Amino acid sequence: MRVAASLAFALAAIFANAAQAQNPIPVKIGVLTDMSSLYADDTGPGSVAAAKLAIQDFNPAAHGMKVDLVVADHQNKPDVGASIARQWFDVDHVDMIVDVPNSAVALAVSDVTRQKNKVFLVSGAAISDLTGPKCSPNTIHWTYDTWMLANGTGKSVVKTGGKTWFFITADYAFGHALQRDTSAVVEANGGKVLGSVNVPLNNQDFSSFLLQAQQSKAQIIGLANAGGDTINSIKQGAEFGITAGGQHFAGLLVFLPDVEALGLKAAQGLVLTETFYWDMNDATRAWTKRWQVSRPGKFPSMNQAGVYSATLHYLKAVAALKSAADGKAVVAEMKKLPTNDPLFGKGMIRADGRKIHPAYLFQVKSPAESKYPGDDYILKATIPADEAFRPMSQDNCPLVNAAK
Amino acid sequence: MFEIFGVPSQALFGQLLIGLINGSFYALLSLGLAVIFGMLNVINFTHGAQYMMGAFAAYLLLQYLGLNYWVALVVVPLLVGASGMLVERLFLQYVRQLDHLYGLILTFGLALVIEGLFRNYFGSSGEPYQPPDLLQGGQNLGFMFLPNYRAWVIVFSLVVCFVTWFVIERTRLGSYLRAATENPALVRAFGINVPRMVTLTYGFGVGLAALAGVMAAPIYNVSPQMGSDVIIVVFAVVVIGGMGSILGAIITGFALGIIEGLTKVFFPEASSTVIFVIMAIVLLIRPTGLFGRTA
Repeated sequence: MRVAASLAFALAAIFANAAQAQNPIPVKIGVLTDMSSLYADDTGPGSVAAAKLAIQDFNPAAHGMKVDLVVADHQNKPDVGASIARQWFDVDHVDMIVDVPNSAVALAVSDVTRQKNKVFLVSGAAISDLTGPKCSPNTIHWTYDTWMLANGTGKSVVKTGGKTWFFITADYAFGHALQRDTSAVVEANGGKVLGSVNVPLNNQDFSSFLLQAQQSKAQIIGLANAGGDTINSIKQGAEFGITAGGQHFAGLLVFLPDVEALGLKAAQGLVLTETFYWDMNDATRAWTKRWQVSRPGKFPSMNQAGVYSATLHYLKAVAALKSAADGKAVVAEMKKLPTNDPLFGKGMIRADGRKIHPAYLFQVKSPAESKYPGDDYILKATIPADEAFRPMSQDNCPLVNAAK
Repeated sequence: MFEIFGVPSQALFGQLLIGLINGSFYALLSLGLAVIFGMLNVINFTHGAQYMMGAFAAYLLLQYLGLNYWVALVVVPLLVGASGMLVERLFLQYVRQLDHLYGLILTFGLALVIEGLFRNYFGSSGEPYQPPDLLQGGQNLGFMFLPNYRAWVIVFSLVVCFVTWFVIERTRLGSYLRAATENPALVRAFGINVPRMVTLTYGFGVGLAALAGVMAAPIYNVSPQMGSDVIIVVFAVVVIGGMGSILGAIITGFALGIIEGLTKVFFPEASSTVIFVIMAIVLLIRPTGLFGRTA
């Protein structure tokens, strides 16, 4: 009798296990990114590779989960991005969207995500409004933002004597936000903004705008643009003798792949702020080596590192809740759990959806200082996590005000 | 110093000159397109990709063979032109007799394939390329700082434009070409190998695109999407100038460069659209373009 009972128990246990194994918690992650245009090297296929590494490191099977990954190209068009997001949520059962470079697209996707009560982890886009007036209980802004860039690069440039500024600004949400946040920092530190010019996205020739910047006689030409636009501005600035004439560029958003594309000869001396550099420590170097298996010869940008970190933390929260169905609940759980990964170290997520970690002020090396491929930055200063991002008191985020 | 609409005249002269420099790129590129359309009746959407191939070929020659800018200026148009001839032999010759639309779609597809291949291999952020040592630095003109390289661009492209126009409109070879476009059967009856001439002409047009690519490499970001960024504008230039009109392409190229340059001063936000506004107006008033002949 006892034998029969224990046999029955054992059988029941096996069946229960089998049932669990047959019905793992399904999670579907969508990497919505720029696969084919100016931000494709800073995000794009490298972000997909990072998301895959995160899933692999999390080991879904061990947590009784099954994670699928889908990818789409938003072509830097907000309407395209929003309709892909809608289709993913409604038809394809995607639970979480990650990356989304281009602030205009990110704002559109954030709205859709909130309507559908899913999760949106912004790694690629910069606009600080995502944790400000446009903050959402379904969105977490992961890697960096315009306030942090302004606070890092802007402040350090003003403090080292760059008092008068002229902005060359990408004419869409991101560029305007970056200029706004940087102007505030410049003026708060005793500097002055002499003028600015709004340039359409994906412009080829900047000489006309560089000439306007030269005529403004500003000490600093602030580049409130990104990707190919920044590369063209700096490349043509060297040609037009900007630095020879005593003016300096402040690249407000420069990624490592941009520096590689410019070459150290053209980019040397540039000061920039990032939250991740592949050559920071053994953990980042080891991760980069694994990432390079699918991206040979390339070096990861902070956006791509952010995709890894965000995806990993998301999966931990889903595992804790044992469900990915309720987006708000997952985000709340993510805010509750402290973050920890090899790339950004220990950190946390604030009530407004801002992920907090240190930021680093780098200077681009000269060709002589660079010893091996990808050896591009010198660390100038570390901005501690509690100073790197905009304090919640200045957010104007309705979520925070409601909690008060 | 006087002011024009609140902009100091000195600044304006600088902007005009810059407009002229950008115009010389538009002129070079639209020239190739006009030659190909005028002689082959093919709307060559691959032109932007071929311009990009020119810039990348210059980068690859320097990177892997150590061949400098000046060598590239000669070798790259030949190489890329030869690849163009291959395209003509393999694909284009079969669609030439059909409606324009077939050639357009074929070349557009090819452009996407070429761009995709380059993006897959090189990534999207591009490769560095420095101006040649001889043309580093620049001159202070009083009203602006003119980089030596830009001065070279404007002079060289004017020469290329003039030579091309001269060869096609004023030489015997050019007259064969034009005749072959009008009536290939008759020209063939005179013992001229028309298909070979067509292949060479396409190669020449593609070579012009590659030449523009080499010239662009030191100043624009050498990236796989550099062609698609510029090709739409160049098509607008060709349409405004009149499809197939060589002189029209050259003059319109320079003129639109200047107009775009001025827009960048007075209303920079519109600088990427002004050319298309002009195109719409021109098409309303003169559907065949400014220099186009009515069919």
